[in-house]
Amino acid sequence: MSSASNHEIHVDNSLSGLILKHTEVPVQKCYQCGKCSAGCPVVSEMDYPPSLILRMLQTGLPEMEEKVLRSYSIWLCLSCEQCISRCPMEIDIPKMMDYLRQVSYKKKMVNPRAKNIVRFHKAFLDSIRTTGRLSEFGLTVDYKLRSLKMMQDLTLVPSMISRGKLGFIPEMIKGTKEMAKIFAKTTGLKSEEEK
Amino acid sequence: MSRIGVFVCHCGENISATVDVAKVAEEASKLPGVVHSVDYKYMCSDPGQTLVKEAIKEHNLTGVVVAACSPRMHEPTFRKACAQAGLNPYLSEMANVREHCSWVHEKSEQTTQKAFDVVRTMVSKASNNAALEPIKVPVTKRALVVGGGVAGIQAALDIANTGHKVILVERSPSIGGLMAQLSETFPTLDCSQCILTPRMVEVAQHPNITLYTHSEVESVDGFIGNFHVKIRKKARSLDEDLCTGCGLCTTKCPQKKIPSEFEQLLGTRPAIYTPFPQAVPNKPVIDRDNCTFYKTGKCKICEIVCPTKAIRFDQEDTILEVEIGAIVLATGFDVKHSDFFPEYGKGKYKDVIDGLQFERLASASGPTQGMIRRPSDGQIPKKIVFIACAGSRDPAKGIEYCSKICCMYTAKHAMLYKHKVHDGEAHVFYMDIRAGGKMYEEFVRRAIVEDHVNYTRGRVSTIYELDGKLIVKGADTLLGAQSVEIEADMVVLATAGVASEGSEDLAQKMHVSYDQHKFFAEAHPKLKPVETNTGGIFLAGACQTTRDIPDSVAMASGAAVKVAALFSSDLLTREPIVARVNRIPGPSHSTCVGCFLCQPVCPYQAIEREDIKDRAGNIIKSLARINEGLCQGCGTCVALCRSKSIDLLGYTDNQMHGEVLSVLEEAFV
Amino acid sequence: MKLGIYPGCSLTGSARDYNESVFAIAKACDIQLEQVPDWNCCGATAAHNMNKELSLSLPARILAQAEKAGLTDIVIPCAACYSRLMVTQHELNNDPVLKNRISEIIEMDFKGTTNILNVVQMIDLYVSPVLKEKIVKNFSHKVACYYGCLMVRPYKVLQYDQHEDPQGMDNVIRLLGGTAIDWGYKVECCGAGLTMSKTEIVGMLSGKIVKDAARRGAQAIVVACPMCHSNLDMRRPAINEYIGEKMDIPVIYITQAIGLALGIDEKTLGLQRHFVPVKMAEYIPPVPESKKQKAKEPTNTI
Repeated sequence: MSSASNHEIHVDNSLSGLILKHTEVPVQKCYQCGKCSAGCPVVSEMDYPPSLILRMLQTGLPEMEEKVLRSYSIWLCLSCEQCISRCPMEIDIPKMMDYLRQVSYKKKMVNPRAKNIVRFHKAFLDSIRTTGRLSEFGLTVDYKLRSLKMMQDLTLVPSMISRGKLGFIPEMIKGTKEMAKIFAKTTGLKSEEEK
Repeated sequence: MSRIGVFVCHCGENISATVDVAKVAEEASKLPGVVHSVDYKYMCSDPGQTLVKEAIKEHNLTGVVVAACSPRMHEPTFRKACAQAGLNPYLSEMANVREHCSWVHEKSEQTTQKAFDVVRTMVSKASNNAALEPIKVPVTKRALVVGGGVAGIQAALDIANTGHKVILVERSPSIGGLMAQLSETFPTLDCSQCILTPRMVEVAQHPNITLYTHSEVESVDGFIGNFHVKIRKKARSLDEDLCTGCGLCTTKCPQKKIPSEFEQLLGTRPAIYTPFPQAVPNKPVIDRDNCTFYKTGKCKICEIVCPTKAIRFDQEDTILEVEIGAIVLATGFDVKHSDFFPEYGKGKYKDVIDGLQFERLASASGPTQGMIRRPSDGQIPKKIVFIACAGSRDPAKGIEYCSKICCMYTAKHAMLYKHKVHDGEAHVFYMDIRAGGKMYEEFVRRAIVEDHVNYTRGRVSTIYELDGKLIVKGADTLLGAQSVEIEADMVVLATAGVASEGSEDLAQKMHVSYDQHKFFAEAHPKLKPVETNTGGIFLAGACQTTRDIPDSVAMASGAAVKVAALFSSDLLTREPIVARVNRIPGPSHSTCVGCFLCQPVCPYQAIEREDIKDRAGNIIKSLARINEGLCQGCGTCVALCRSKSIDLLGYTDNQMHGEVLSVLEEAFV
Repeated sequence: MKLGIYPGCSLTGSARDYNESVFAIAKACDIQLEQVPDWNCCGATAAHNMNKELSLSLPARILAQAEKAGLTDIVIPCAACYSRLMVTQHELNNDPVLKNRISEIIEMDFKGTTNILNVVQMIDLYVSPVLKEKIVKNFSHKVACYYGCLMVRPYKVLQYDQHEDPQGMDNVIRLLGGTAIDWGYKVECCGAGLTMSKTEIVGMLSGKIVKDAARRGAQAIVVACPMCHSNLDMRRPAINEYIGEKMDIPVIYITQAIGLALGIDEKTLGLQRHFVPVKMAEYIPPVPESKKQKAKEPTNTI
């Protein structure tokens, strides 16, 4: 019986290893109790409930990891934080979901059913990148153009205007240059003026 | 002249894998005072010990150094071997080259050098060692058992049956503990009180057992074989010799609606009460916080109706002082009652209860006469949801351990419910099923297969109330974490088993270690489950960790045997590692100046005053004197004494000095 | 009494009524609200879904602006913005390396010292103490207080109220003379940012909330988040479709409830901007049985 301890560092390149590295979320801790899935508000619409996503990541199998990145679940997740508030192992599922979304998008593996959700996010970010504040009108127009859902919410427009809730002219902050820089440094996207 | 023998152990590969043991033995043979130096594979084995014994005789050794594991492991082994060979055991030392060397370093020259340094140091000490004789103290052959649950009862009976006297102290008005509150026990479904009460009566009637209920341990002083214990007998407000236990007072008491602790607050009791009908002793107690007389000065109905005039309103607590030789702690455990699952609504919704409350409902002598009824409206529930692991295995809630008994009692509860309500539906949400005892797995299978209890693997996320029903939202992980929603009439939470209230205070009184969950610490998790690190104090039952009845009873018998072993001789041999204040001829009598600064720092109150008198009887000097019966050899007074008048036998200043110089030898070279 | 305010994008647009009511009650209680200078959008859900550093930089800039302007305490009426700024400050304060990186990105000195309040905390500290003397008309209605997700979770970071059964708004309603009911959807998600991309899911989630509140007899749902308000109010057609019947229960902001009790007129509070008309009858709660008799019932509350 050797007493010398093993000091070799184990390098983990699986998706769960990357999750641990970038978010400090230890997927191995999950003991599949299902409490997260039981409390998730959108679980009935998901292809894989949150506890199942964790199990798939635990296996480390490439086909499971691909399924996770291509899943609808990760985009449907509302970040309502209900899961982590109940998880006995305090696994930060919302943080993990954020990371999975970012990887899924970067690798162009977004589930077809989630395309509109991503379009919405992009329209949102485009709006604030230009003016610094969200123009709800601008966001709506941009989203419709990306999603081609022209007719949706059209009936809302007159009622929004009559209630004084829809401003056509976007508000611009003074620090638009700073906003452009922030976006460039983080997402690498250039603003309209810079292009 | 020193004639030291050095024996370097390989410890299999534990030491020899990283330390060159042959080299250490070789170098050691060159040390001044060493006449014999060998290495061997397993020093603690029979042949290994024989090596030591033969060497002592052959080479006329005056000291032995065994370079091996920690003295905590085998110091007694080698000391005994030396004694058998005719060498005073206190001339044997161990050089720790395993825990302090081979186990914490990689294989290298420096590691071997360090091992040799350690050996050299201990050789230096051993050559300064003096022969010591063990101290003999008398043993008081009376045991104290703290806690009157099934473990305490078993321990008390076992010790009493060996012929020794036992004092059993229980803080509630009756013995019986948690087991008396159960309805039926797994896996046999025996009626709990039916199997317990005969034992309880046996305790009350046993000639060797003195029972003090409604009493608590006030303080503990002394040491193994010689404890001085103070017991506080709380005032019952009645003369126990006159009381016949007729119970008339309890029926006439006007204060009837006090929430009963025994019924887990689901039932009521009067202000003068016995906790349950089979209570032992069957003498009531007045709850002074709720009694009309103590609150307002009026009433006294119990005094008026008592046929033997036994009521004593002015009775006060009494303190008993007893001499005890051994203590058994059997204070048991509790289930967590508080609302630490806000998502389940315990405390908010009346029909969300814990396991112990369910036991009271199921119990024939309970608040609902054994019928399962909803606490909110008294209706019989048609659908009950049982939630396992409600608090255990939950680091987020601070309890990471498994409480061990809940899987079994949840299955039992579900079965009892099905037996009483044939058309009822029982649902159990579980994570794993832990049924590792004799007939335990079969019991759980019976619940699922014969009694049709629905087991769903998954946990419950939240419970809320709607129109008098409880909506339970869980998941079925075996079906891919599919949502499961149940409209239940009642929910039973299998809450975590936790240390009994007041455990921390008691442990501190006893100077017994406990862990972060306030369970008492055993001396060794594998090999010494019933002993503590405090000599003379033993553990029985769930106070060490949650366990079921058969394990508690077995452990109690184990503790009883340890007590009997302690009592098997009249004298207890104590290690002579004690402090001693020097004495020299008059007129100084000692370098001690009598400042007594050592007295308050001694944790064992072992320092006394000795008055030196002249022929006429006048006191000429007061000096400190160590009571060798109490001294534990901690060395605090030795370090403190400003005139260096106290020395520790076995670890004298001279011996310690020799060790230190030896360690520094390398530095000087 | 001066307090910084970070309104957030929705308060200047679709949640204009919320903004109006916040300023109205602030004025009535002598609280001067000063906007964080040149505040930008916090990034909401989109930023943290798409890019981690962006999601931290945007709130960091806002907080750095507040620090620069000397606004030590700021109130954030929008629960989502409140959550983003709290989480950002918490994460950066606990990770010095990340803090430096983000400071580099925003090119501003970020200390992380701002005291961030949500609207209910502001009410607890500066409005409730003076309510008794300022109430003109009791808010005698039976309402369901809806907290949503981001005001109470993640509870380790926000450390605000009980996260399963919060009582912050309930207590305010009781102070105003109203009745706040116990119900099952207090902290269940309304559908959040999926309002445009998956409207039918919002219909389902917000529908469950409206259904539970209505069947327990609530006359209104009281909220403290413009996203929740929008999903429960503007998206009422989707809710009605999910439930299968037309639901009339209005949704008002806690600040509007306070404003009504203070006697401020409906127009100033923006009530006319709601999609579901705000019409509530007076509600007098019945005298509970326990108050009639003196007998004590044993409960299983330990």
